[in-house]
Amino acid sequence: MTAPRRLVTIAVMWLFGLLWALPLLYAIWAAIHPPLYATEFELRSPLTFANFAQAWHAAPFARYFLNTVLLVTFTVVGQCVLATLAGFAFARFYFPGRDLLFAALLVQLMISPSILLVWNYREISWLGLANTIPAMGIPYLGSALGIFLLRQNFRTIPSELDDAARLEGCSLLARLWKVYVPLSRSTYVAFALTSIAYHWNDFLWPLVISDSVTTRPLTVGLEIFATPDQGVQWSLVTAATLLSSAPLLLAFLIFQRQFVQSFLRIGIR
Amino acid sequence: MPAISRRLVLAGAASTTGLLSAPAIVRAQQVKELNFYYPVTVSAPMATIIAEYCEQYAKETGVTVKPTYAGNYQDTLTKAVTAIRGGNGPQFSIMLTADIHTLQALDVIVPFDEIGLDKTAKDWLASFWPAFMYNTHIGGKTWSMPFQRSVMVMFYNKAAFTKAGLDPDHYPTDWKSQALAAQKLTNRQGSAPMWGIQLPADISNGHWTFGALCGSNNFNLMNDSGTKVFYDAPKAVETLEYWVSLSKTYNATPPGVSAWPTLVPGFLRGDAAIIVTSTGNLANITANATFPFDIALPAGNPHPGSVVGGGSLYIFKHASHGERQAALRFAQWLTAPDRAADWSRRTGYVCVTQPAFDTPTMKAYIEKNPVAARPKDFLPAAHGELSTFQDARVQTILENHIAAALSGNETPAAALKAAQAEAEGILRRYQHV
Amino acid sequence: MATAGAERHPGAWLLVLPAALFIFAFTNVPLLATLVSSLYASPVAGHGGGFVGLDNYRDLLTDPGFRTSLLNNLIYAAVTVPASVVLALLMALGVNAAIPGRATLRLSFFLPTMLPMIAVGAIWLFFYTPQYGLVDRFTRLVGIGDINWLGDTATALPAMMAVAIWKQSGFFMIFYLAALQNVPPVLREAASLEGVSHLYFFRRVTLPLLGPTTLFVTVTAAINAFCVVDHVVEMTQGGPDNASSLLLYYVYQAGFRDWDLDTAAAATVVLALILGIVAALTFALFGRRVHYR
Repeated sequence: MTAPRRLVTIAVMWLFGLLWALPLLYAIWAAIHPPLYATEFELRSPLTFANFAQAWHAAPFARYFLNTVLLVTFTVVGQCVLATLAGFAFARFYFPGRDLLFAALLVQLMISPSILLVWNYREISWLGLANTIPAMGIPYLGSALGIFLLRQNFRTIPSELDDAARLEGCSLLARLWKVYVPLSRSTYVAFALTSIAYHWNDFLWPLVISDSVTTRPLTVGLEIFATPDQGVQWSLVTAATLLSSAPLLLAFLIFQRQFVQSFLRIGIR
Repeated sequence: MPAISRRLVLAGAASTTGLLSAPAIVRAQQVKELNFYYPVTVSAPMATIIAEYCEQYAKETGVTVKPTYAGNYQDTLTKAVTAIRGGNGPQFSIMLTADIHTLQALDVIVPFDEIGLDKTAKDWLASFWPAFMYNTHIGGKTWSMPFQRSVMVMFYNKAAFTKAGLDPDHYPTDWKSQALAAQKLTNRQGSAPMWGIQLPADISNGHWTFGALCGSNNFNLMNDSGTKVFYDAPKAVETLEYWVSLSKTYNATPPGVSAWPTLVPGFLRGDAAIIVTSTGNLANITANATFPFDIALPAGNPHPGSVVGGGSLYIFKHASHGERQAALRFAQWLTAPDRAADWSRRTGYVCVTQPAFDTPTMKAYIEKNPVAARPKDFLPAAHGELSTFQDARVQTILENHIAAALSGNETPAAALKAAQAEAEGILRRYQHV
Repeated sequence: MATAGAERHPGAWLLVLPAALFIFAFTNVPLLATLVSSLYASPVAGHGGGFVGLDNYRDLLTDPGFRTSLLNNLIYAAVTVPASVVLALLMALGVNAAIPGRATLRLSFFLPTMLPMIAVGAIWLFFYTPQYGLVDRFTRLVGIGDINWLGDTATALPAMMAVAIWKQSGFFMIFYLAALQNVPPVLREAASLEGVSHLYFFRRVTLPLLGPTTLFVTVTAAINAFCVVDHVVEMTQGGPDNASSLLLYYVYQAGFRDWDLDTAAAATVVLALILGIVAALTFALFGRRVHYR
């Protein structure tokens, strides 16, 4: 690149990057300043972390945090297990109706269970599971994306390895566990990270299903807390917002490389 | 579905999800525990106060009452009904008083009369301010108990009044002087621009503002049975034209829709000299205003008037007899004079009974903050809040068209005509009630 | 490459069963059930109800709220999808170039994706507040004055679009980054040897190689445009006057505020139909131009 062109590119990108970061920076500013200084920009105004403490006590964020962790763990582990089994079957076996079934399952790639709110709510209630943590994850346990990715990955595993295992007399599940799963680590990581991020941030379905503090995840807790009808105190709201997003943000900051690498690997073949 | 297959499925589900499921449905025979939902829509630390009350009640009576914060009034209604339909709803809740028809149509509430009222209870019900009993009666029965009731009032910045050459001790009493005063107070130049007046018009609040303005025009937007609205009556159109003129003619308020949550912080910052909001914000403004302020009824056409609002305690039909009684006892405890006074003092909601006003703590508080005495005097001039079947929808229709008029997309007359037509479409199926 | 060992084993379908069960129970069956129930009316106050054919759809079309939500959503998709995709590509190109501070840049672009949409909504609500919100401070600085972004029917929907674009562009950037890094350097070397201009190289080599990524990113953006309404719930509740109401939000209101299950069902079917069309269209448009290696 020629020098002036390079300079222009650098300047434009930095400006772009700064603009992009502004909303978050503004939120951080408001969260670390007392309410009176939250919306003014005097550089020497006092800093405080009292907002975070206040927000933490204003609503049971600790409990919301626990609920979210339980929910995400339950959902993602469940998805991985189910998708592994199904992906294996689709990748390596033939049974009547296989391709039709696969196509039927892929509908979920376009139509997420969360848009079928009303009907799914009825089903969950009928099962007596309304307002429970698992209920927020159950509709997603069968993951078309997971099945798709794992099937794709399993197909690239040389059948010689599988044949060897078969010859040793391994059962179906043993072959799966010994051969296929270990060789698909990157796919699992990629899928898990995507799914964790999705379910950590899921809102509408948990909103409908959860009714109490013992089940409410962070997203719903935050919405109720920041809901416009309260005389909004921005320092408090932004502090609460940052608190709710902190775990995922921190995880990303620490595991940046892995996050990015895994998304790169999910890659589009 | 037959009960047996449901149990089989449950057993299967339980074995895999047992650890994480919150068992919900079994209720003890003697009522030791109650659940309720409540909303928070004003800038007072209601969650803390309610938690305190519940703790106290548990200490005094041994009955655990578990409060759950459910968002704003609309969210609380949705959540409560959703939970009830799902089979594990609360026994009672605090919800918008005006939602009475909607709740009745959903068949989830039970009138207090049916729960069984002894003499104390009857006296207790009679002790509430008449204005706060608006929107609580259908067919001669009492369906809810006033708890966090408020009036929509004008909070005004006395310092700004003085600066603009207006009399800070007398808020204008008629529409024209109010508009002119707001115009005088508006100063968009300089480093601290100020609007004369701001009125909330956003979803779930716009109808209340409009109701207050119509109240000041001595006009009710609906009939008592909640089956008809009068959005396009001449007096309503007149009222909306007045509201629109505040920005169009007098340039005293920002055009478009002002949102409820920014009003109070804005008032405290000096963004607006007059705001129209709930008395429920009184405690917060009293605590945080750095300038002298006062409250007044919205100026009238010709006499000041307003609208009541806020929440009531409803008891749900699905609750057992024991639970209903327990809920009733809690309701009475909650509104005992000392507690009602405490609640009013710490939030700014109006004391719901005269005895509450007469308690020593309240009297002392009023001595220090004379402003707190005013809402009581406003009650005779207050009208009932807009309340119909399919409340939320009918209100939103009105709010949408008010927003259109305020944005200049529709004329007030056309906006209200369209709103009336839409509302009539919704209310058509309730005409036989 | 995979050798297609299509084994036959009686246990194979058992492996698929659990996942299939959940997907059928919570996606396929509800979809069909919603479709069927949209052809019936629920009883009102105890009487009425039964098969009504397309009546619910007819009522839907006469509801200004639905028409506005549908139109809004189409406009919303038409803007956010291309904008996010193009911005993502520009971001990726920028971050991929050997400029100082690229790691920070990448962070700055990607962070919004990690936030829950609800948090994004809360932050932008603050951002958009008239008078002291950052946006209005800026507009006042440049002389435009205060704009009530969320309270004006003309600006509410664009305001929502900005939020969505801000949230998702960084996510798509990552995929473009991956694809860019997979462009064999050999090609670029050959091109520079032959004196081919950057623009030409980009247009004729890079872009086509990015085809699969563009396809994936476009479809995801399109799905998001119709399936993510958290910010509407948080910031405007569809107002003012339905100016920011989107289709899924309309469904949520009908189902959980108005308890109008007939309307909710019919509107859901329309939503599902649109998603199906989007899938078909995107594959038709891009499927031909995609170059796989």
